[in-house]
Amino acid sequence: MKPSEEICAGMEEAGIDFVCTLPCGKAEKTIDLIKKKLPSHKITREEEGVGICAGAYLAGKKPAIFIQNSGIGNSINALKSLNEVFSIPLLILVSHRGGPEEKISAQIPMGEATKPILDTLGIQYYELETPPLKQIIREATNHAFENQEPVAVLLRGDALE
Amino acid sequence: MKRYEALEEISENLNDELVVCNIGYPSRELYQIKDRPQNFYMLGSMGLASSIALGLALSQPKKVIAIDGDGSTLMNMGSLATISYYHPENFTLIILDNGAYGSTGDQPTIAEEVKIENICKGCGLETKVMKNSQELDNLTNKLGESETRVLVVKIEKGNADVPIIDMKPEEIKNRFMREI
Repeated sequence: MKPSEEICAGMEEAGIDFVCTLPCGKAEKTIDLIKKKLPSHKITREEEGVGICAGAYLAGKKPAIFIQNSGIGNSINALKSLNEVFSIPLLILVSHRGGPEEKISAQIPMGEATKPILDTLGIQYYELETPPLKQIIREATNHAFENQEPVAVLLRGDALE
Repeated sequence: MKRYEALEEISENLNDELVVCNIGYPSRELYQIKDRPQNFYMLGSMGLASSIALGLALSQPKKVIAIDGDGSTLMNMGSLATISYYHPENFTLIILDNGAYGSTGDQPTIAEEVKIENICKGCGLETKVMKNSQELDNLTNKLGESETRVLVVKIEKGNADVPIIDMKPEEIKNRFMREI
C-alpha cells in the first residue's frame, strides 16, 4: 500500500466522514486521494476550515482538516478559543514543511516552529515519516474524539510519497 | 433600530432553526431576549460564526442561521466566498451592520465606507439590505424558507445592558447537539 493509500484508509477506518483541505505541493497525491474517497470541502484559509469542521462536528460528523504547517499558525486562536473552550475534536493532518530537504526558504522558520507551537498550545501530535501509517492515523483520530480535543499528525518525508 | 431590537425581531420569527451567534454582546443580547437550545453562543473565535454555521448546513438538513456583525464578517471574509461556492439551501447569514466593533467600545469598522452588502454581492451571494424593523420583520418571517442568502441589517451602534451568559461552554454545546 502506498503512503497516500494508507493515510486515506486510516481515515476511513477511523470513521472520518467530513474533510476540509487546502493544497500542498508535497502532499498532492494524498490530498487528491482523500478528495476521491471522502466528502471533502475547499476552504479559503485554515482558520475558516477549523470553524467549518467544528460545525460539522456539532452536526454529528467526524471531521478532519488537511493543511500545511503554515496553517497551524493561521488557526491558533480558533483551536484554543473554539475547539478547546467547547471541547470540539478535530483530526489535523499536516504536511510538515521546512525539513532538511526543503528548497523553499520561507517554509523553514515556520517548519521549525511548528512542534514548539503545538507544545505550547497543548495539542498532542504524532510524527509520521515512514510507513506503516494507517495505525497512527487511527490512533490519532481515536485520541482526538475520545478526549474531545484537536490532535495533529505531522507528515513528512516518505509519508508524503 | 439597535442590535437588541433587531435580535428581538429575528427571535420572534424563529421556529426550530439552528442559530450560530457571534461572540460578545450579540450572543449576550440574544440569550437575554430568548434563550433556546438551538442557539449556539460563540464565546471566542471571532469571525467564525458563518463558518461554523456553514459546517452545520453542509452536514445536516435543518435550517441554519448565522448571526454575525460587520467587524466579524470582515475578519473572515473568505467565508463569504466559500458560502457562495457551496450555497447550501438551508443556510442564511444575517449580518447586523452597525459600522462598529460593538463589544469593544464601538470603535468604527471600515464597513462605514466599504459596504458589506457589496462584498457579499461580489461573492455572488443573494443579498438583501434592511434599514428598519418593518423591513426586517417582512423578511425574518420567511427565515424558514430554503434559500442561501444574506440579510444585511443596518442598525445603530449601542449595546443593551445585559449580563454575561451564565452557561458553561459544554452545556451550550451539548444541548445544541441534542437538537440535531
